[in-house]
Amino acid sequence: MIEFKQVSKYFADKAAVDEIDLHIAAGEFTVLIGTSGSGKSTTLKMINRLVEHDKGTIQFAGEEIRGFNPQALRRRMGYAIQSIGLFPHWTVEKNIATVPGLLNWPLAQQQQRIAELLTLLNLEADLLHRYPHQLSGGQQQRVGVARALAADPEVLLMDEPFGALDPVTRGVLQQEMLRIHRLSGRTIVLVTHDIDEALTLADKIVLMDSGRIVQQGRPIELLTHPANDFVRDFFGRSELGVRLLALGSAGAAARRGEWLETSPIAAEMSLREALSQFIARQTDKLPVVDGKGTPLGVLHFGDLLRQRESA
Amino acid sequence: MSGRLKGWLRDPLLWPIALFIALLLLMPWSGPLFARWFPQLDRPLYQQESFWQLALAHLRLVGLSSLGAALIGIGAGVAVTRQSGREFRPLVETLAAAGQTFPPVAVLAVAVPVIGFGEQPAIIALLLYGILPVLQGTLAGIESVPASAREVAQGVGMSAWQSLTRVELPLAAPVIIAGVRTSVIINIGTAAIASTVGAKSLGSPIIIGLSGFNTAYVIQGAVLTALLALVADRLFERLQRCFSGSAK
Repeated sequence: MIEFKQVSKYFADKAAVDEIDLHIAAGEFTVLIGTSGSGKSTTLKMINRLVEHDKGTIQFAGEEIRGFNPQALRRRMGYAIQSIGLFPHWTVEKNIATVPGLLNWPLAQQQQRIAELLTLLNLEADLLHRYPHQLSGGQQQRVGVARALAADPEVLLMDEPFGALDPVTRGVLQQEMLRIHRLSGRTIVLVTHDIDEALTLADKIVLMDSGRIVQQGRPIELLTHPANDFVRDFFGRSELGVRLLALGSAGAAARRGEWLETSPIAAEMSLREALSQFIARQTDKLPVVDGKGTPLGVLHFGDLLRQRESA
Repeated sequence: MSGRLKGWLRDPLLWPIALFIALLLLMPWSGPLFARWFPQLDRPLYQQESFWQLALAHLRLVGLSSLGAALIGIGAGVAVTRQSGREFRPLVETLAAAGQTFPPVAVLAVAVPVIGFGEQPAIIALLLYGILPVLQGTLAGIESVPASAREVAQGVGMSAWQSLTRVELPLAAPVIIAGVRTSVIINIGTAAIASTVGAKSLGSPIIIGLSGFNTAYVIQGAVLTALLALVADRLFERLQRCFSGSAK
């Protein structure tokens, strides 16, 4: 879908991005992670030409991106940023319909799309005529995501979209992003400096440092086979265990055919949260139910140890 | 229905306008009043032109010059906040500031030998004088647009023109209008002085009254000019509220 070949970008003769090669496959959830100044945001912005690359080639859908009209290119890609950037003088409805409006969709089609997006992002219909300052931070970010998705973009670019939210809201929105990704199969590229966010969301993590890609691969690969000490330090030696647990879900690890009459946990719960439940409830067995509340099985404390192979 | 009428009557905009129009209409009959107030004057009521004509001429002066000042001020403000015009910003700001450093009488005095007496030099002087507040308002307004709004406008694929007209100008509007408001109010006062170069305005009775020691004339012109400025100020306040109501 998107292919970087030997791409560099210089700011005042200093390389912000230094000869990177990166392949973003269609339908993949890619997370660019790194410290401040690692070049991750610059890399993201080169995809929709908010920043123009100086060297190398970037291809989108098989064509060099310089061949596209920048405005047309951007309208094919959703864009969401940390400060959300909702237009304060427009209602929620008008904000969501920004790109369909630019693309001159018929009004009925816009209305229909807005209704779909409200459902997708769990937004109430009566919010449509409010202005951004009348919404909570979480609602604003949902509207921001809805706007980015409005014209059914081929790629969704997100620059630290949940950075300004409280941990609870952030967690909820991360789960929604996963759901949206699962439902739509859209290609998503997200920039963050939050390791746990990256591990929760990513199909593929790209770890960057001072303009270069240090390692890229599935989250479990970066955790279990770090390329060098930088990667090991970045993901935190002491927290490695719980981060590995965060990659597995209670539903996948539970033993089928067993059941226990005590308050159950949800199948989507990560094993890291399950660990916390084991400790808090002072037990070594927890029943697991699926989304509809049907019993799935029982998770044993010892199952957490086998997580490494299953993930 | 009566509730709506009551609300309308309580509107603070209505009263200055009503008072201004009432004074314009009643002024021709105020001769005896001023005769009593200033018994020493032979002609206590200004009668060269009707006050209606003077008010219309005054509005014309202010309207034309403020329109020009607004167009030039907003245009220049927008131009120097674009990527391509950024370098001209200090120059434009200096020029506009210089335009306002000159006292309006001096500008009028310089304009007369070049253009002659009448309405034209007055309009040009007022126009030059009115640019700075509009320019400052436009610059401040466009600067107050959140950087994130601008980045997103670009990121979702708006052209530079779309970003300007759909995002930047609407968000800057309350501050720009505040600049225009200042400019217009200044011009209403300054237009009175334009009568010194032969342009008719509500300043005519003031100028003639001052040179002929006719205090009654001065009062008649001054009261109407002041009320006109008040009315314009209230109108702009209302306009500003309309624009900032949605955007906060």
